[in-house]
Amino acid sequence: MNKKELDEKQSYNELVKQRMDKSPLLPDCVKAFITGGTICTIGEGLRKFGEHILKLSEDDVAAFTAIVLVFFGALLTGLGVYDKIYKFGGAGAAVPITGFSNSVVAPAMEWRREGLIMGTAARMFTIAGPVLVYGVGSSVIVGLLYLAFN
Amino acid sequence: MDNRYKQIIPAPNRVGTQTLVFNNRPSVASMAAIAGDLEGEGTFGDHYDMVLTDDLWGEETWEKAESKMFEEVVRKALAKDNLDEKWVECLIGGDLLNQIIAANFAARQLGLPFLGVYGACSTMAESLLVGSVLISGGFMSCVACAASSHFSTAERQYRSPLEMGTQRTPTAQRTVTGAGCTILVGPGSGSSKGIEITHGTVGKVVDLGITDANNMGAAMAPAATDSICAHLADTGRTVDDYDLIVTGDLGALGSELTRELCLKKGVDLKDKYLDCGDSIFTKEQDMKAGGSGCGCSAVVLNSYLLKEMMSSKYNRILFLATGALLSVDSTQQGESIPCVAHGVVFERRMG
Repeated sequence: MNKKELDEKQSYNELVKQRMDKSPLLPDCVKAFITGGTICTIGEGLRKFGEHILKLSEDDVAAFTAIVLVFFGALLTGLGVYDKIYKFGGAGAAVPITGFSNSVVAPAMEWRREGLIMGTAARMFTIAGPVLVYGVGSSVIVGLLYLAFN
Repeated sequence: MDNRYKQIIPAPNRVGTQTLVFNNRPSVASMAAIAGDLEGEGTFGDHYDMVLTDDLWGEETWEKAESKMFEEVVRKALAKDNLDEKWVECLIGGDLLNQIIAANFAARQLGLPFLGVYGACSTMAESLLVGSVLISGGFMSCVACAASSHFSTAERQYRSPLEMGTQRTPTAQRTVTGAGCTILVGPGSGSSKGIEITHGTVGKVVDLGITDANNMGAAMAPAATDSICAHLADTGRTVDDYDLIVTGDLGALGSELTRELCLKKGVDLKDKYLDCGDSIFTKEQDMKAGGSGCGCSAVVLNSYLLKEMMSSKYNRILFLATGALLSVDSTQQGESIPCVAHGVVFERRMG
């Protein structure tokens, strides 16, 4: 590529950046805060419910909360509601465990028509897969370090 | 050394470098457009021949639904002008899916000789261009040119599952659910529409290094500009010679950039410019930068634009469809987006 072409590309990219509408950062952050906050408050409510009413142990309470949230994330995805929450809340809907649930259930539903094996099962983790790989991978490393220094 | 090929003899029906002149002018015999429900609620809703209420259209898969749209739009275009299916000597068309399956499968159902073309969202113009060449060259007397796209098939192929939460950036466009078909016949075949195709401009692939797949308008604008300027230079015409210059699916940002880039090259598009993607949805529908996909320019051309030509609102339009020639793999590998824009000139026959 000669210099002239390179300059043309650079100046065009700058022009595009100038003209591009930016995502409204502050309103988006507020919406994310409200959405994420609401989901986490519900989670906290579930925790208290498990702790005081169901009298679960500390470990069981964590599992109970996660299971209930994942269930509702999956249910709302299936009912076609979660993507609307996400459209409003962005990262506020992506970060809590319900977002993880959405990212597994959505591809599972989408590729149902390609069959249960090569469709649903094979594609289920196309989005959540990387999170699992690096999540599990890094926890193994942390675990080994913990073992070495403890 | 034999230097026979040092000079290529210029073809008689070409002007400039990229533009073909159809002396044997193909004319529009019929056209049809089928669109999805959101498109039906959009700007040109009243002009479509059919608006789907269910975008699965009773099929099992989105792909089958798209293929059905492709098939039905051809049948509809033929039926509208009482054309017999047997008269169609070639079906030319394509779509956005891998291996253009919507078009391929529709061609199987229709049982017509078929040329599949792929030009991403420029497919409608590309098929008209190929169809016009076949007719003008005297090889065929009746061809069907079509293109389709479907929001749900494009979404799963290029982006994410439908129920997966996503937030669209302001530059993102929505793939139009729709299919359009134009039936072209040879001169003297007695078409009542009085609209002919006079020129075709074959676009160059232009890439100014945009890598953001959510900003296709900006990626395609340089290609559109290149083809508009090449067309005007080849034909020796100016913007004033046209009633309208139409681009396919550049969207809000892309069309703004095209105006600007054209102006830099000394071509002022004035109030004679319309982008199908920018105008197919209304502002209230909140589709961010607008519509995209093969279906976008195909449905607008085969409903609103050609109808307005028939009612003599426009006498001559340059229809340029723009295509972003990317794939999911090329995007993930960090490649920039090469784009192309092909154009054809529609003219109302006077007298």
